[in-house]
Amino acid sequence: MADSHDSPVAISQALRAEGLGKRVPLPTGELTILDGVGFTIAKGEAVAIVGASGSGKSTLLSLLAGLDVPSEGRVLLDGEALSALDEDGRARVRGEKVGFVFQSFQLLPSLTALENVMLPLELRGDDDAEGPARAILSLVGLGERLGHYPRQLSGGEQQRVALARAFVTRPAVLFADEPTGNLDTTTGQAIVELLFRLNRESGTTLVLVTHDERLAARCGRILRLDGGRLVSA
Amino acid sequence: MNRTVLAWRQLRRDLASGDVRILLAAIVLAVMAVTSVSFITDRAERALALEANRLLGGDAVVRGDAPIEGALRAAAAAPGLQVTETLSFPSMVRAGEALRLGEMKALGEGFPLRGAFRLLDPATGGERDADGVPEPGTLWLSRAGADLLGAKVGDAIGVGNSELTLAALVVQEPDAALDYFNTAPRVFINLADVPATGLVQEGSRIGYRLVVAGESGAVEQFTSFAKENLGRGQRLETAGDARPEIRRALDRADRFLGLAALVSVVLAAVAVAMAARRHSARHLQGSAVMRCLGASQGTLVAIHAGELLLLGLMGCSAGVALAFGLQWAVADWLMAALKLSIPGAGWRPVLEGFGVGLTVLLAFGVPPVLALRRVPALRVLRRDLDSTEPSAWLVALAGLSGLALLLWWKAGSAEVGSAMLLGILGTLAVLAGLAWALIAVLKRVRSRLRGPWRYGLANVSRRAGASIAQVSALGLGLMALLLLTFVRTDLLDRWRNALPADAPNRFIVNVQPDQVAPVREFLAGQGVVGPVLYPMIRARLLEVNGKAVSGDSFPEERGRARRMAEREFNLSQVESLRADNEVTAGQFWTGVPASPELSVEEEFAETLGWKLGDEVTFDIAGSRFSGRVTSLRKVDWESFRPNFFVVASPGSLDGFSGSHITAVKVPAERTRFTADLVAAYPNLSVVDVDAVLDQVRGTVEQVSTVVEAVFYFSLAAGVLVLLAAVSASQDERLLEGGVMRVLGGSRRQLRWAQVSEFSAIGLLSGLVAAIAATVLAGVIADLAFDLPWTANPRLAATGAAVGTLAALVAGLFATRGVVNTPPSVTLRELQG
Repeated sequence: MADSHDSPVAISQALRAEGLGKRVPLPTGELTILDGVGFTIAKGEAVAIVGASGSGKSTLLSLLAGLDVPSEGRVLLDGEALSALDEDGRARVRGEKVGFVFQSFQLLPSLTALENVMLPLELRGDDDAEGPARAILSLVGLGERLGHYPRQLSGGEQQRVALARAFVTRPAVLFADEPTGNLDTTTGQAIVELLFRLNRESGTTLVLVTHDERLAARCGRILRLDGGRLVSA
Repeated sequence: MNRTVLAWRQLRRDLASGDVRILLAAIVLAVMAVTSVSFITDRAERALALEANRLLGGDAVVRGDAPIEGALRAAAAAPGLQVTETLSFPSMVRAGEALRLGEMKALGEGFPLRGAFRLLDPATGGERDADGVPEPGTLWLSRAGADLLGAKVGDAIGVGNSELTLAALVVQEPDAALDYFNTAPRVFINLADVPATGLVQEGSRIGYRLVVAGESGAVEQFTSFAKENLGRGQRLETAGDARPEIRRALDRADRFLGLAALVSVVLAAVAVAMAARRHSARHLQGSAVMRCLGASQGTLVAIHAGELLLLGLMGCSAGVALAFGLQWAVADWLMAALKLSIPGAGWRPVLEGFGVGLTVLLAFGVPPVLALRRVPALRVLRRDLDSTEPSAWLVALAGLSGLALLLWWKAGSAEVGSAMLLGILGTLAVLAGLAWALIAVLKRVRSRLRGPWRYGLANVSRRAGASIAQVSALGLGLMALLLLTFVRTDLLDRWRNALPADAPNRFIVNVQPDQVAPVREFLAGQGVVGPVLYPMIRARLLEVNGKAVSGDSFPEERGRARRMAEREFNLSQVESLRADNEVTAGQFWTGVPASPELSVEEEFAETLGWKLGDEVTFDIAGSRFSGRVTSLRKVDWESFRPNFFVVASPGSLDGFSGSHITAVKVPAERTRFTADLVAAYPNLSVVDVDAVLDQVRGTVEQVSTVVEAVFYFSLAAGVLVLLAAVSASQDERLLEGGVMRVLGGSRRQLRWAQVSEFSAIGLLSGLVAAIAATVLAGVIADLAFDLPWTANPRLAATGAAVGTLAALVAGLFATRGVVNTPPSVTLRELQG
């Protein structure tokens, strides 16, 4: 049987989870975090993953983004089977096709705003990292703060740098993990607007993990997790 | 629950998780550095105490620069005492074609009265104690001396006018001197053979020793009599003050090496301070929870300080044990160097080790940990609450007091200790300043680099404080090693090369008056033009301006003047002033003055308080000789020509007997010069300047090897500071590494980022060390060797290479977890 990424249907899929499970051994037995999760996300789609604490949202995100490997099942990202790759192979895929936005920004404190945005381009070996980085920082309204270090920026500004860093590689899929979790309501609102605007303009597939039902509602589709199982897709 | 049990449990957990390993390593290193030095000097001192009698060759010895006769000799013949004597002097020794300047020792019957010579038995290849002294007509050679001459038992060895048969090789002599500068063959002959050698003549420099041993009462009587009746130039040595030169050397070695070892202690202390801060940061949350659960401040202090104390005891024990192993390994070497059989070590070094380890821990480790008691319980809810940083002043005060205490103790005086503390702090401050400047340069450079390289260098400049600490600590260790290497090789070579091309390369000593003309002829035949033979007349100071002068005329603190006034020194007479002498006061004679005039080297005159116009009287072999000081001279001692503190005007010393000395430049092609000269005139001593310089070099090599070993501890401590700094930033590094992996960075790219960071740290340390070492070497070159300052690019390159390598290996080792932990795990664990 041919791999699904060879079929025309697969090519229009940004992300496909097939029977994903994650178990971790404990002294008292095995703990199942995710169990038989499967779905497909089409290119350009915006999907929210919601669920209570401990429902397995973050684990699912880790598996989808290739940060972790499933105990069973597989993930196809832009047609590529992540579980067939080693850690460096998955890192390459992330560098080429994936963007991330974290709740706690995760900017490198030793690099300036500009350098932080240039980093993913440099890591994948682009010759001109500075031009696109400058452009996108202007786009998120930080054209004047290129030389500032993260500690010199407010939370909202740091998240804008993080958005710029996520979009600068023009990723096929953008994963956002509680992107407004560390921000006040007004700033969070502004960041959400910016996120959706950039997503729209770049045609990126968006996978967003959140507690916030209102934010989830802005996505075209909601995947709801409960006790490690997908209860609605 | 018992607080000690709680502390012990916490220590076990921390050890298992690796949290306190650097703290432990720093204490082990500090203790090991100090204790190994202490063990070695302690053992040597014990050897000295145990073998004092053997080292003297008797129970009491009178030394003198003239035969010991009269009342002292009569007292030595008292009932209950045995007596013998020895003579020592330099002489050429010939074995076939080989010729060396040797140290002769003529032994009277019965020597040594205590201890024995240890001889190599040619029949069995084993060792045995000698029954007595060499039979007349035979001699013994030190084993090293025989190797040097290529002589074996049974060979005929030429000494002066005599040919004696080599009867045995000496492995150990009872009263061997600790003389690093003496690698000349040691030759032992029977006292009865001395006259036939013709080596003891007028003006020869001979050391006489009268050795007594016997019942303790009789020896005591003899020593108290001798003390009262010592003649000029005579010295009494008893078992209690045996071998003052060894004692002094040991004392100096103990102080110097001890202080050198403290450099590593200071660096280890920096590592302890850093590691303790990280330790307390890691325990912040746990302490807050314990406070919530009702733990009192006292309980927290008991647990954390108790844990540190247990850790300290563990570290001290390990350090002491390692030092014990290390000194065991070098004991053989030490035994050979000191020519002693050394006993086991005592408890003092162990106590010292524990003292140093616990002091460092108390002064540097405890303040941040004590601050944990103030952690607010509210921190359980609000992680941003942080009031546990100890006062910077308190930390600095505790640290400095601890350091001052250690230095004071090791230096033996508050003054030297403070100077040393200021010296180390000053050096560290200068190194830190240099590091700061270089890091600022680095900050500019990094914007031109890409990806992992830029990230690595950015880390250096962002954690500037930690980087400065790492660079200066590694730099200090490296600087000490570089400086040592530089002085040992470069400076000595440059000094040697800086000697003028026409500088004499042979000194010819002990030329008797009737040999002056034939020796001059011999020299002319060897292509040596116009040699000047200077008379050398041994004299002792009697009076200045009619007032009797002896050592006692000078106060205790003017030791050099006391010695000068006591001992014999050489007078000479010259017609005119040589180019290497310059008159600084008065007028040098022209022609032959009516009455004897003296020209005196200016420092010598200053030491003894002589002024122009003073009338100075000497005793020359029982006759009086007086002259007036008419000029003072400055002498270029490095001209390698015979120079004298006091020279007299022509003719004034004519009636006095003495020997002559000359220094000549022998053309390199005259390879048989020394052999032919000594064959014709066996009593002459020929000093080969090249051989002397080789000896100096050999000595410096030997001494610096020991110091170098101690400085390796400093380098290791520098590396520990680096590890402590890396460990302090480990959480950040893990998180950043995780983010880079998430953004698509490969393991290799992360490794490159680390390579760039640690190469930069190492390179900066190397540069800082090279700059500081070059400047210091320049100062030494200028002050000690009188050479112009020149930079040494090789030194900088070596420093940079060693620094980079040390930092790279240590840094990559310490950060291996950052690369190997999957990004999801890192983010989950540290994101909170």
